[in-house]
Amino acid sequence: MIAVIDYGVGNLFSLVSSLRAVGAEAEVTSDPDVIRSAEKLILPGVGAFADAAAKLRQSGLHELIREEAAGGKELLGICLGMQLLFEVSEEYGEHEGLGLLHGRVVPMEGVIPPALKIPQIGWNQLHFVRQHRLLRYIRENDCVYFVHSYYAADCADSLVATTEYGAELTAMVARDNVMGCQFHPEKSGNVGLRILRAFCESEGKR
Amino acid sequence: MITKRIIPCLDVRNGRVVKGVNFEGLSDVSSPVELARYYSESGADELVFYDITASFEERALFTDILREVAGSIFIPLTVGGGINTLEDFDRVLKCGADKVSVNSGAIRNPELIGQAAQRYGNQCVVISADVKRVGGEFRVFAKGGREDTGMEAIGWIRSCVERGAGEVVLNSIDTDGVKQGFDLEMLRAVCAAVNVPVIASGGAGSIQDFVTLFREIPEVDAGLAASVFHFGEIAIPTLKRELRANGITVRIEEGARYGADR
Repeated sequence: MIAVIDYGVGNLFSLVSSLRAVGAEAEVTSDPDVIRSAEKLILPGVGAFADAAAKLRQSGLHELIREEAAGGKELLGICLGMQLLFEVSEEYGEHEGLGLLHGRVVPMEGVIPPALKIPQIGWNQLHFVRQHRLLRYIRENDCVYFVHSYYAADCADSLVATTEYGAELTAMVARDNVMGCQFHPEKSGNVGLRILRAFCESEGKR
Repeated sequence: MITKRIIPCLDVRNGRVVKGVNFEGLSDVSSPVELARYYSESGADELVFYDITASFEERALFTDILREVAGSIFIPLTVGGGINTLEDFDRVLKCGADKVSVNSGAIRNPELIGQAAQRYGNQCVVISADVKRVGGEFRVFAKGGREDTGMEAIGWIRSCVERGAGEVVLNSIDTDGVKQGFDLEMLRAVCAAVNVPVIASGGAGSIQDFVTLFREIPEVDAGLAASVFHFGEIAIPTLKRELRANGITVRIEEGARYGADR
């Protein structure tokens, strides 16, 4: 069973539907026992970083997720959920994340040309930085759906794929059992489903 | 590179897609779920469902349909029609909509945009404007284009974006249904006024109209149409191939060649 961690941020309907579409058993939960017994975890999220990070702490999920990740359980962060995996975010001040991956979440503003719109909303291409299990069923230049104004920087040790939006922006990250997508795989058509399928499969299975 | 989006718009009433759709190979041409799947598989980048129901009972049926579509189609879904309150936002978002488009509801109560953006994020709030030329200016119309509000359109759209709308759908009443191309002059004026994605609507009659749209106004993010897609006058795979051949970046999903699909 895959536990989709519910901490009151965002709409989980499509994510759960897409997991079921790839044959995974998914449960939306904030129950520590369910999270501990889950085979894998997904940390979703949309909205503001500080608000989401505070909710994780208040609910005790911050420590629980860190413990589960330290114990080797596979964890996939999606969109804001991916950003929360990092040490710190500069979104409206400086806020601590889960610290499971090295790097910081920084604004696109000032990095990309001013003519480009922020947030980036739409389908953009993936460029692979290195081989990874999550890329197993997709190809270089496949398009996925992004909605974001901030991106993860200084994360060379976990970088898996980037996307080009006036600059090379982090699109996918992974280090050992901790993985993340800046885009929404649950809204990225067949390409997104293929990524979720690769995550849901047991490691090593092909 | 970010791609230009192609967005079919479906009007739904009483749980069925209206404005008769005409496709071969679809067993039920007015089933929102079948049509959504058809468009998704043809390469539509997003779908807009427009709820044109009149009664409360029918509205509940619409959300049932939406839930079914959102549970089987994994591309962004925008819902519009009858959005007047935050409760309306809540109702459709819970059923799997990703964005909510407001039109008359925002004209009646402009505060709605800011309130919804604060609660759900700017990316979730789409301002949809029906605009027509009146006496040498662009004028906002309400109630499905039937009522002149007297408001100047560019200023109105800019104020909606300042309040928190994250996207603009510009529907030109002047070109809508004429099938002679999008309203480039009106679109240019809106693109110059806002820095959020602008979706062009009204006037698509041929593939060339989309090529012209994206070539002439690179700031436009997406093209929306209804009947030319529904009646099969433009097939989305052909449209995308033509756009790509004309140097416009679009998303073309490869077939299920890795055995990873449903």
